[in-house]
Amino acid sequence: MPGFWRRLLGNRSALIGLVILAVVGVTAAAAPVLFPGSPFRRVDRPFQPPFGAHLFGTDVLGRNVAAGLAHGARTSLMIGILATTVAVLVGTLIGATAGYYGGRLDDVLMRTTEFFQTIPTFLFAIILVAILAPSIRSIVIAIAVVSWPGVARLVRGEFLAMRHREFVHACIGLGMSDRRVIFRHVLPNCLSPIIVTGSLTVATAILIESALSFLGLGDPNVMSWGFMIGAGRTFLRTAWWLCTIPGMAILVTVLAINLLGEGLNDTLNPRLRNS
Amino acid sequence: MLAGEAGSATPEYMAQLRQRFGLDQPVLVQLALYMKNMVALDLGFSFRYNMPVLTLILNRLGPTLLLMGVTLVLSVGAGVTLGILAASRAGSWRDTLISILALVSYATPLFWIGLMLVVVFSLKLDWLPTSGMETVAAFHEGWSRVLDIARHLILPAVTLSLFYMALYTRLMRAAMLEQAGMDYVTTARAKGLSEGRITLAHVVRNAVLPVVTVAGVQLGGLLGGSIVVESVFAWPGLGFLAFQALFARDFNLLLGIFFLSASLVVVVNLGVDLLYTFLDPRIQV
Repeated sequence: MPGFWRRLLGNRSALIGLVILAVVGVTAAAAPVLFPGSPFRRVDRPFQPPFGAHLFGTDVLGRNVAAGLAHGARTSLMIGILATTVAVLVGTLIGATAGYYGGRLDDVLMRTTEFFQTIPTFLFAIILVAILAPSIRSIVIAIAVVSWPGVARLVRGEFLAMRHREFVHACIGLGMSDRRVIFRHVLPNCLSPIIVTGSLTVATAILIESALSFLGLGDPNVMSWGFMIGAGRTFLRTAWWLCTIPGMAILVTVLAINLLGEGLNDTLNPRLRNS
Repeated sequence: MLAGEAGSATPEYMAQLRQRFGLDQPVLVQLALYMKNMVALDLGFSFRYNMPVLTLILNRLGPTLLLMGVTLVLSVGAGVTLGILAASRAGSWRDTLISILALVSYATPLFWIGLMLVVVFSLKLDWLPTSGMETVAAFHEGWSRVLDIARHLILPAVTLSLFYMALYTRLMRAAMLEQAGMDYVTTARAKGLSEGRITLAHVVRNAVLPVVTVAGVQLGGLLGGSIVVESVFAWPGLGFLAFQALFARDFNLLLGIFFLSASLVVVVNLGVDLLYTFLDPRIQV
């Protein structure tokens, strides 16, 4: 795939997105080295403004904001990627089954999908996390549950379009098993829209996670950006940077993912470029 | 839990509580009962507020509908306008500027932009109130009350609109560009119509359809977003109620809100389908 990478890196928005994401990723990976110990640890007097003794100052309990940011990057990226993986896997499986077999099975699966789609996403996520008790696992489950229907519908559409192509008939005529046709022949042809949607789902997942932990539904043992904003909210008048800085981190990360997603879209579907 | 807070968790009292709320029944019986009550629009009883859930929800529905209505108008209006502006000079600096603005708003967490607006407009500039729906202590009447509510409405509505505005801007721009290449535009041009008239009377009318669809679909999302925004601004609507219910562990209330918002989405989608036939007479009901 050298051609793919060259085209992707030649795309301006994809390049910007990749660079920002690389910075966030490296910070997340290096968090235990850069800021050893728990990010919940007190390091100094509370409410130190940024660019003093500590890069981004300290919060109400004297915690280092920069350390929180680095450790929060781990949480955000991990939840975003895990939740998206689960959502894409489930969505692809259901969409592929519905699109390939059609008929009654398609009806049942698609009505179920629509049922999930009518439920207001964020409210649903909140209720799931509240019932399952806040933890990384329940947040991942909640985000995956609200995100898979979009993927399922997309994959079903792609499969419907492929189902009656000649190469599929040829495969069936050769006596291949359904599973082999679906995974070896049809799925690879639908991969590019799935990748694009997947990348955008990561962005939404990070936004949902930050909103959940802002409302106090995050995992209490893990530092996250949304939690930092929620904790700093009460001190908006005296220490506005406690909210501003983690918010900027979310904004930049999500923006980078969206840029990358757009770049991937342009690279993988060159035909759509001018529309 | 209730008993624990009352400070008298004797076994007799617990048993009495359980019986009163039907918690001594098997789970399936409880579910069946809940379903049966739901059909009759009886959403149960909120033990926290000591009020039926339905009354509680209906009390809070007004502010939320007000917020959502204003947001919808604001976001669709601004989104469509910006989309038209961007598409009419595709590739110019105006287009680039609007696209960047949309991209950034699309990536901003709602609650954060709300807090930042509070910092700028309420704390630093002191122009607008930080939270609530009206100044209760002022006892405004008539028009001054309307004005007061409007002042409180600005920040939450703008916050909630930004994200959707970005979405509609991008959609509108894409739809406008797609329509601009159609044959009927060439026909209109050949007829000697001015560019402005082609855009406004022909292209926009067709391009606005996908925006309407998405606006309908996004309504559920708007409700979800209003939870966050309402709890940031302490707007006394359904979202704030859901937030409070969540922390009071008042699940009857939470489920009631959940049920009502899901129904609302279904109703709105029906409305959008009807609106379609109005916007595009080619579509039959």
